[in-house]
Amino acid sequence: MFQETALSGQSTFFQKLRSLDYILLFCLLILGLVSSLSMYSTEGGSVLYHTKSHIIRFIVFFSMMLIFSFVNLKLWHSIGYIFYFVVLCLLIWASLYGVKASGSQRWVDLYFINLQPSELMKVAIIMCFAKFYHRTQIHLVNNFKNLIVPIVILILPILLVVSQPDLGTSILIGISGLVVLWLSGVNAKYFIYSSLVLLISLPFVISFLKPYQKLRILTFFNPDRDPLGSGYQIIQSKIAVGSGGLSGKGFLKGTQSYLDFLPEKHTDFIFTLFSEEQGFIGSVLLLLLYAIIIYRTAKIGTSARSFFGKLFCYGYASSIFVYVTVNMSMVLGLLPIVGSPLPIMSYGGSSMLATMIGFSVVMSTKIYQKQIIA
Amino acid sequence: MISGGSDTSYRKHSVVGRRMFILSAAKLVVFGGIIAQLFSLQINQNKKYLTLSDKNRLREWKLPPIRGDFQDFFGNTIAGNLKVYQLHIIPEQVENFNSLIIRVKDILELDQKTFNKIIKKKNSQKPWETLIVSENLSWDQFVKINFYLHELSGVKPVLSVARSYPYNENYTHLLGYVAQASQNDLINNNEIKKRHVPGLRVGKIGLERSLENDLIGMNGVQRYEVNAYGKRINQIDHIEGQKGKSIRLTVDTKIQQKCNELLKDRAGSISVMDIYTGDILAMHSSPSFDPNLFLYGISYQDWENIRNNPKKPLINRSITGLYPPGSTIKPIVALSALENNVISPNFKVNCSGKIEMYGQIYNCWKKKGHGVVNLRDALKVSCDTFFYEMSRRLGVDRLNKTAKKFGLGNKVFNNIFNEEKNGLVPSTEWKKNALGRGWVLGETLITGIGQGYIQTTPLQLCLMTAQLANGGFRINPKVIVNKEDLTFEEIKSKMSKNLEKKIQGPEFDDALVDLKASSGQEDSLYSPLFRNKENIKFVLEAMFASTNEFGGTSYSSRIEDKKYQFAGKTGTSQVKRITEAQRELDLDIAQIPYEDRDHALYIAFGPYKNPRYAMSVFIEHGGSGGSTAAPIAKKLFKVVIDRHDEREKIKQNGSNLEI
Repeated sequence: MFQETALSGQSTFFQKLRSLDYILLFCLLILGLVSSLSMYSTEGGSVLYHTKSHIIRFIVFFSMMLIFSFVNLKLWHSIGYIFYFVVLCLLIWASLYGVKASGSQRWVDLYFINLQPSELMKVAIIMCFAKFYHRTQIHLVNNFKNLIVPIVILILPILLVVSQPDLGTSILIGISGLVVLWLSGVNAKYFIYSSLVLLISLPFVISFLKPYQKLRILTFFNPDRDPLGSGYQIIQSKIAVGSGGLSGKGFLKGTQSYLDFLPEKHTDFIFTLFSEEQGFIGSVLLLLLYAIIIYRTAKIGTSARSFFGKLFCYGYASSIFVYVTVNMSMVLGLLPIVGSPLPIMSYGGSSMLATMIGFSVVMSTKIYQKQIIA
Repeated sequence: MISGGSDTSYRKHSVVGRRMFILSAAKLVVFGGIIAQLFSLQINQNKKYLTLSDKNRLREWKLPPIRGDFQDFFGNTIAGNLKVYQLHIIPEQVENFNSLIIRVKDILELDQKTFNKIIKKKNSQKPWETLIVSENLSWDQFVKINFYLHELSGVKPVLSVARSYPYNENYTHLLGYVAQASQNDLINNNEIKKRHVPGLRVGKIGLERSLENDLIGMNGVQRYEVNAYGKRINQIDHIEGQKGKSIRLTVDTKIQQKCNELLKDRAGSISVMDIYTGDILAMHSSPSFDPNLFLYGISYQDWENIRNNPKKPLINRSITGLYPPGSTIKPIVALSALENNVISPNFKVNCSGKIEMYGQIYNCWKKKGHGVVNLRDALKVSCDTFFYEMSRRLGVDRLNKTAKKFGLGNKVFNNIFNEEKNGLVPSTEWKKNALGRGWVLGETLITGIGQGYIQTTPLQLCLMTAQLANGGFRINPKVIVNKEDLTFEEIKSKMSKNLEKKIQGPEFDDALVDLKASSGQEDSLYSPLFRNKENIKFVLEAMFASTNEFGGTSYSSRIEDKKYQFAGKTGTSQVKRITEAQRELDLDIAQIPYEDRDHALYIAFGPYKNPRYAMSVFIEHGGSGGSTAAPIAKKLFKVVIDRHDEREKIKQNGSNLEI
């Protein structure tokens, strides 16, 4: 144990470079390429604004991720709470002075970029929990105090994001947080109790929902209620996916998307476009790509010696899984439509930034996997 | 410095490892679920969604079908499709629509009303839909637009087709006209509904209406890929439409135009018919109007002019005008009397200008009277007194049978014109059913001179004349040329065969009854309508006398040249009952108010030696038949006979014209 500590502390740059997870990096690059091509297709086969900025963002944030990978895991550990608080402050800032767009106030104007703090919160919450449980001893996890603090940590950003309003992101933050709580050893009975409470309080929650959110839930159960109104998106998305068939309509030939039948094709419905053009085979391959990324991330967690690194990797792998699952289920008509981007594939700078920050920590865990954090 | 004891740290790691394992298993299941849904949508229900996607993106546009032409007997187009210059703008493709449309307004010199209509139309349609600024640019406007075209980006001068009637008012009542299909047209005619596109013109009246389903043609179809907002992205398919059937008529434009010219400024009708083939050579009702006015929606002023014209141009007098035939019915009365052996040709009546019967005085048109007249003289001078006496002996019911047989009181065509009227030939039974009163004998007398209840259309009189002139055979009146039409020779031989059959037939004397039973049926076509050939001959000869012998009522309108020589019968039908005092006044026609003047009629056939054509001339409130109608017939006969050779030529080698 001593030896290992000494070793990791003294490893050279090339040793670090060699210890990067190249399979994971390769998969991320492939995903970046696929997403850029998909963006190119949403613009009808020409490099316009969305494609250009998506490619630039991917390159910038991917490089950033590579650089940040060499940051010592200790540093990530030490800024865990600060990062959370900074993002929380940005969320408060957003709700007070944020930029309004299409009925919600989600963005903070940082002059060079319009940042969406709720996306960053998706990573920050995991880092914060990883640090919290890194310090908490296993037998104290189910203490009253150690239960209340993480719940407060989780509830605060959720409330802020819901008030923006952004139901989709708040649900994703909530689920990712809960998954980390579960992984860190919180007694299963609390999850059962709280889900019972949630079930009972569901009618009251629904009464607090905005009319358009209620409509979405109703639409989910029966999209044909209002095929030209709120059911339009899900109907058109299913038509696009279904008409793709086994091998798809071909690159740039997705009629549903280039004739504008598909809504939000750059962001939430990017998978629909991909699936229409690449068919069942392409969709399964894309899903496989995500599965490999999730598996590699989890694997890094398994070999990490520090609990912070392990919990972060497990938590991050799981939340990537949650994002992918929620997004795909949504566009395939398995879940109601809530705004949730598909990591890396969907257009959006903040989402890309958050995702890459997450992978920086994952890569750092890989490089410093033998390190033990005090 | 290791956080926690190594023991608790180990426990912590094992808990998270165990829970991650459970979670990973759950993830696999969920991914499996997503793949299952993908499979269900993309493999199982692929067909369904492919159809839905095509339904989204493909849209068909029906193009207006091209209407079939009408041609006259010689193949001249009398209703066709004209290339018209239209002006289209697609508002979406124009940078500044408002300034452009004002510029266009100035160039075309549109008035404010038209301009407002265009703006209203623009606001009611989608910006990518074509806005038709003008459906029919004049050549001057078209030239002007093209001159300024470089500064009018977004404006498209377009060549299109529209119905046109090159002979304007000449064929209006026969052909009718087209106008934009109304809601009623769509409800009443399924073919119109199937082919309807905005702006489709359909027949509103006349042959244009009754032959709609032949004329209308098939829509072309353009299949486009459209986007979610309905905008056309690119054309996938184009199916050519099919022009409607072209229809050749039996009419002769030269004669028709002559009719129009002769009736100029008068209310009336002229019909000309081939007495064997039944071809209508001309059928004109006056005054007429220009059907081209209706193509783009008639202007208020034009419509008011037509509607308020006291001579009522909208009425097709030839087939819907019902008038008392007056003395033109006398040949039929005479024939009926002869056929029924009521009188012999030598029967004589002394005409003193009036006759008292059943306690009432019946006047002859000639106050001084005709003296002693026989049947031939009575027809020649149109002696009313003679016909009173003869009708009294004949009775209205026997007259009714003969008149109906020869074409009075029935529609001439088989529902080609929905507006055609039946007319009325009274009988005792009719009066009892229709009026609920018994027949009064005095009514028989006035029926015998074509007054009273009896009402006929000018075309019915023409058919009657034709069926007398051809020797008394039933013919098939028609305006549309058919491939199966029999030629003149075929019809003639059919007639003589039918006559032979009749003479050899056992029930020679009862043939009249037989014919009545089978009348209206196909097999009676070209069969004799008479009992005794000599009776027909007698009547025709008397009609000849009426025109060509001194003292005849239309003697002054005779033509001595044998080639053109015709026989006829005048008719002057009273519009209202005149009192004894008025009769004494014997007013000149100019002194009588227009609406009270008599109708002038004339029926004729010729050339007398070998008759071929029959005609009826009717002038509403024209005065006397001899002075007004007969001279018109004289002028027209020249043209009709002169056109005969041309017509025969077409018949012999006109197979290329058969459509």
